[in-house]
Amino acid sequence: MGMKSDIKLIDENGLRIDGRKPDELRPIKIEAGVLKRADGSAYVEWGKNKILAAVYGPREAHPRHLQDSTKAIIQCRYNMAPFSVSDRKRPGPDRRSVEISKIISEAFESVIMTELFPRSSIDVFIEVLQANAGTRCAGITAAAVALADAGVPMKDLVVGVAAGKVDDTVVLDLGKEEDNYGQADVPMAIVPRTGDIVLLQMDGDMTEEELFKAMDMSMEAAKYIYELQKDALRRRYAVIAQEEKEEIESIEEGIE
Amino acid sequence: MSEEKPVVNRELVLPGEVVDTTGLRPGVGTYAENGVIYAALLGIKNISKNFVNVFPLKGRYIPRYGDKVIGIIIETGPNSWLVDINSPYPAPLHVNEVPWKVDFGDTPSYLKVGDTVLVKVEGVDEAKHVRVSMKEPGLRKLSGGNIIEIPASKVPRVIGKGGSMINLLKEYTGCRIFVGQNGRIWIDGDVDGIALAIRAIKMIDEEAQTLGLTDKIKAFLEKESKIRRK
Repeated sequence: MGMKSDIKLIDENGLRIDGRKPDELRPIKIEAGVLKRADGSAYVEWGKNKILAAVYGPREAHPRHLQDSTKAIIQCRYNMAPFSVSDRKRPGPDRRSVEISKIISEAFESVIMTELFPRSSIDVFIEVLQANAGTRCAGITAAAVALADAGVPMKDLVVGVAAGKVDDTVVLDLGKEEDNYGQADVPMAIVPRTGDIVLLQMDGDMTEEELFKAMDMSMEAAKYIYELQKDALRRRYAVIAQEEKEEIESIEEGIE
Repeated sequence: MSEEKPVVNRELVLPGEVVDTTGLRPGVGTYAENGVIYAALLGIKNISKNFVNVFPLKGRYIPRYGDKVIGIIIETGPNSWLVDINSPYPAPLHVNEVPWKVDFGDTPSYLKVGDTVLVKVEGVDEAKHVRVSMKEPGLRKLSGGNIIEIPASKVPRVIGKGGSMINLLKEYTGCRIFVGQNGRIWIDGDVDGIALAIRAIKMIDEEAQTLGLTDKIKAFLEKESKIRRK
């Protein structure tokens, strides 16, 4: 954002530099349950972004003073690998990743049924292996799948998606160049079932109408990404479900 | 997500999916909003006695009253022990809840850090403070044998329908086996028997999703025990 350049981000046919239409997403690939040691995990490829998410817990919250006797706390860590960007990123948390970690934790707090696990902690780790704009949205999308994979009770999955303004046009899902040389970027996290917005940020500036247009675009795209998330989970558990039908009775005995 | 009246309909549901609109009552793993019931978990949908339930496929062990679990002593106090029961909540075991007369400060001479015990969950309050007890026949300190851990959600698999799987394991390995609700399994017997039982349980854990698991495990145990007898 903010950088001046004479690159034309939208050509005379209305197409963007990677050939997408203004309301088109980059290709997204989601896979659930990729890590053995984590309670739940997911891997997302979103354009050139590659992101791994892992969930642990609910587990005992440490240090003890962080515990909340009425609900579980969500501790999220967003981290970029040193090799994730073209110039080596200095490893460790910085201002940006601390902020992203905080807002992602808060986004998930509104869907996870934290009151079921008082005094415990649900830890979400988001590792960006390769970054190409929109990593926080891809990270949220991955973390939501990882949380479901971990069997954490929640009201719905969460979808992260961004829209923005480039060359005076409102576009969906900004790429690297659009993010760097565009006019505004609006990342959002959406609860698709209800349409609730659990995260909304804006970098750059745009008019009210443009903002609402961007939000509507993201809302539409969220429905599509939601289906991809559900599909990833279904693929992972399809076989298990079949068997479960046969042995469900024994589980029932355990529950009663 | 079939919306017609399902009686034995059991399918995979994901968080946020509608599980019922016909006026059933929300059971475990579900939540209701404006008269519609949604799944709160990734799990298997089940309907029984006017309740819609979603049974989890994964997740941590959350202690419930009456569960018999295998715990490991992680701390000793002057009149209690702290037991790790493989859940987010460690559970205190008070001296009044053990079958012995323990003097104040004499706890380590009965149970030391690292000892394993078979205990029963005596109470869980709303802040998930768990109390465990050993005052019931059958509950004791476990000495000898091996302990292995599996995810708590796979405990029903190891037990099998009506105990079919666990009896199979006991029969072929000649071991004493106890499966705690928290996913810890205690096995005692001769060395080869334990090794075989562990391999079989690992197999159940890994292949929990395959069809006809009981028969598969039976075939495996039959083959292996023949080799043993030679």
